[in-house]
Amino acid sequence: MGELAAERHVKYILSVEKKKDSFESVVMEHLRLNGAYWGLTTLDILGKLDTVDSDEVISWVMQCQHESGGFAGNIGHDPHILYTLSAVQVLALFNKLNILDFDKVSNYITGLQNEDGSFSGDMWGEVDTRFSYIAICCLSILHRLDMINVEKAVNYIVSCKNLDGGFGCTPGGESHAGQIFCCVGALAITGSLHHIDKDRLGWWLCERQVKSGGLNGRPEKLPDVCYSWWVLSSLIIIDRVHWINKEKLIKYILDCQDLENGGISDRPDDAVDVYHTYFGIAGLSLLEYPELKAIDPAFALPVDIVNRIFFNR
Amino acid sequence: MHGRPRKAPKPEDEAASAAKAEKLRLLQSQFLSNHNNKIYTKEAVDLSATLLEINPESYTAWNYRKLAVEHHLSLLESDPDSVNSLLNEELRVVENALRQNIKSYGAWHHRKWVLSKGNTSIDHELRLLDKFQRVDSRNFHAWNYRRFLAALMNRSDQDELKYTEDMINTNFSNYSAWHNRSVLLSNLLKKKAEGFLSKEDILSEEYQFVHQAIFTDPDDQSGWFYHLWLLEQTVKDASPLLVSSWPAHGSAVNQLGDWCLDSSASSPITSFYSGLGAFPLVLYFNQAVEGVNSSTVTVESALDKNKDLIWKPLSANNSHTSQLWFTHLHFPDKKIQSLEALPVEVSLGHSQGIISSSGMHYTHPSRFSFTVRTQPVETDFAGAHQEEIISWKDEYFHIYETHSQELSLAVSFDQLHFRNGHESTTSDWRAPDWRAQVIDEEIECFRELLRSDGLKDCKIGKLTLARLLTANDKMVFPCSNKLNHSEVLELYSELMTLDPSHYHYYKDEHSLVLLQQVISNTDSMLRHSFHFRGLTSLTIGSPTCLRLNNLSLSRIGSFEKLLWVQMLDLSHNELRSIEGLEAMQVLSCLNLSKNKLSSFTALEPLRRMESLRVLDISYNEIGTHSVDTTKYLCSSPLSHSVEIEWNHDEIVTVWEAFYLLKGLNLTQLDIVGNAIADEKFKLFLVKFLPALKWLDGKHLL
Repeated sequence: MGELAAERHVKYILSVEKKKDSFESVVMEHLRLNGAYWGLTTLDILGKLDTVDSDEVISWVMQCQHESGGFAGNIGHDPHILYTLSAVQVLALFNKLNILDFDKVSNYITGLQNEDGSFSGDMWGEVDTRFSYIAICCLSILHRLDMINVEKAVNYIVSCKNLDGGFGCTPGGESHAGQIFCCVGALAITGSLHHIDKDRLGWWLCERQVKSGGLNGRPEKLPDVCYSWWVLSSLIIIDRVHWINKEKLIKYILDCQDLENGGISDRPDDAVDVYHTYFGIAGLSLLEYPELKAIDPAFALPVDIVNRIFFNR
Repeated sequence: MHGRPRKAPKPEDEAASAAKAEKLRLLQSQFLSNHNNKIYTKEAVDLSATLLEINPESYTAWNYRKLAVEHHLSLLESDPDSVNSLLNEELRVVENALRQNIKSYGAWHHRKWVLSKGNTSIDHELRLLDKFQRVDSRNFHAWNYRRFLAALMNRSDQDELKYTEDMINTNFSNYSAWHNRSVLLSNLLKKKAEGFLSKEDILSEEYQFVHQAIFTDPDDQSGWFYHLWLLEQTVKDASPLLVSSWPAHGSAVNQLGDWCLDSSASSPITSFYSGLGAFPLVLYFNQAVEGVNSSTVTVESALDKNKDLIWKPLSANNSHTSQLWFTHLHFPDKKIQSLEALPVEVSLGHSQGIISSSGMHYTHPSRFSFTVRTQPVETDFAGAHQEEIISWKDEYFHIYETHSQELSLAVSFDQLHFRNGHESTTSDWRAPDWRAQVIDEEIECFRELLRSDGLKDCKIGKLTLARLLTANDKMVFPCSNKLNHSEVLELYSELMTLDPSHYHYYKDEHSLVLLQQVISNTDSMLRHSFHFRGLTSLTIGSPTCLRLNNLSLSRIGSFEKLLWVQMLDLSHNELRSIEGLEAMQVLSCLNLSKNKLSSFTALEPLRRMESLRVLDISYNEIGTHSVDTTKYLCSSPLSHSVEIEWNHDEIVTVWEAFYLLKGLNLTQLDIVGNAIADEKFKLFLVKFLPALKWLDGKHLL
């Protein structure tokens, strides 16, 4: 089995930031704040967060904040709950949450809860359990969870539960590993995991492991490194992660590395990107790969940072 | 990038990419400028369409178009043709964007938003959707949109069911269609739609349907989860039932004074010590229920003290529903001489109020009774006993030898089969015949599958057969002694070899069945029951210890049969979790040494076991792992289920230890052989646990 090319991955992440002129980076410009979270969290797991200029990042993040309190994916774009969580997470990485106006950000999120307990992504009303997770995770980091109706939020998530124990985007939506992470994570943070049939969901999740060792996101789909995060974190939260073969998954993730230029791709020999590099390395951290910082499966932040938020106020 | 090959870019490609990037960058900056200046001219709106055709994920551009539509609608209110052409233009832009990227959340949502403005031909939408679903039959956005349209046009569930059937007939391997089928059928079953078949008929048709998928390609997962769902629909008990209790029906409880396990009493499952003049009354239901309180459960005894009992759910977190409910019964304390047995009668189900989480009422009136006698104990003995160390060495455990003792044990084990206590002798609470018949047919069907050429080692065949046999056992127990444990154990063993990647899944299932086998009959229960005779002569009597050590168990269950256990040895197993152990409310001594427990959070069930005094968790893996798999299954500040001010500098693991152990009233703890248990940690334990008398075999002064 190959080893983790940690140094090359650090180099790759730092280089992506500089390659702003490629078509790929222009296409992704609107979600640059997500990209910042993926890249910076990866660096922190690898113990290399200090290689970036934190002041520069923080000043850019704050320029993405809208007067409503929400954050846009980049300067000039519209605010959306997706990027608001990334902003909060990036500030938490740098221990700079204190520069936020907690009430303002929390009011933005609280305003997106609907009568049925669900959350919209922004003022245009798209509803999705991804947004429920984001709202709950974000408010929890800001110690403002009591500002929303948690009971209704939980009931809405439970109404999206399926025959296989998994969860979909909206009631009736098909189970998908990414969506399951969101719902399981939200239920974990609100102390509501008793709503989950852990054995049923655990069996569905562990059957995501295919012969190559990689994980897919739905039955009869191809494996993809990003599910190393979505499936693994869900399995860990419900205490069923021993139902998959960890060694084979480690090998699969390592096989997806670009050993020459750094970065990790969805499948072996595909083109790398920051998103898959983050999910690969976060996945390895969840698999207790040596010399990586431990990452929290529900908050998707390094454990030491989560502990700082909840134990050292 | 999803699914794009990794290759070094050629110089000419790089130049082309840079040119494309430059064009897109220009478009984006023009667009953002229009957006931020609220410019909604035709030219500006067209520019956003060009941008979205190249990059359908540009969410701000979709927002901009919505603003532009609203702007123009406010000007056009009275002219339906212009409104139509405006909205049709939006649908056209979405369609183009979806051709570019069918997974674009922003494009699908924009389409829904446009439809909410009305004036659209739904038939056209369905035809377009059909086209998309033919291109990608598993696309979940398209399926979501289909459900949205079906609701919008009030299409009947039956029509949609037919659609899933067609999709499945085109290709069995369409999990999305199977999923949608389960959603539609659940609705129809719930509504008991008029003209719709009975549950019995629907289920047998669905079994036939899913057989086609599984038998055509047993390796294709599409039908696997559907079959498991059907099985659940078949065996599901409609209304909640009481399955066991402590004290058990017909038992005679001897309440003893301080800290002593009784020998003189006839039965290990009924004698009990308590220094508080109180002991637990535990109800175990077959599913989680709410509404257990003094008005839904009547407790009649000679003592007024037991009016208005407070019932508590024994569940994690802040749930109001639980499979297990308990209260405390109060009896004269040890100073009062009361050799007379006091009868206690418990009845429930006579009035409504106990409801399952799916909204079903407890409808089977049940009653059980037991007697309680309080035996005074010399305080000298009790005091001395408290100081004594409990040792788990084999030499202190003795098998039951005399015939009379065995007999009394056997009689008391039989009392554990609670169903005898139900008032109703009719079979209405038992599975109706059609269910048993369906399971029988399924068992035959999967045996047939495994007999087919080349399918001898079919994984899903074996797994499904194991599940069916287990379901069958559950249905016939305790009315039949012909249970399938051995065959099921064999199947799981084969699966461990056949599918090593999921070894531990089968191992866990194997353990649960093994434990069922051990405690399902009196003979084997007797083989695992031992007298305990302590170190010194001061020990009063020889309590019964259930020894389930060295069984290679990775998981435990069947707690409804173990409510009586006061001393339990689970050492030398492979336990990673003790989930559910909190049911054992009278357990006072527990040995978990030499297992695979990896954190204090994995021990959270102990927090709800008030009788526990002696705990051995030596030689586990606490402190070894960086990932804690039970962190969110227990109460903590991270799950907002407990408030905490933790101002100590110690690592969080110490917080977890503190939180777990401070709530216990342990007198003896063994923790040696865990990575966490260094000298500093032991000093911490001594400081925070004042009641502790013994730590790792050392007497604390």
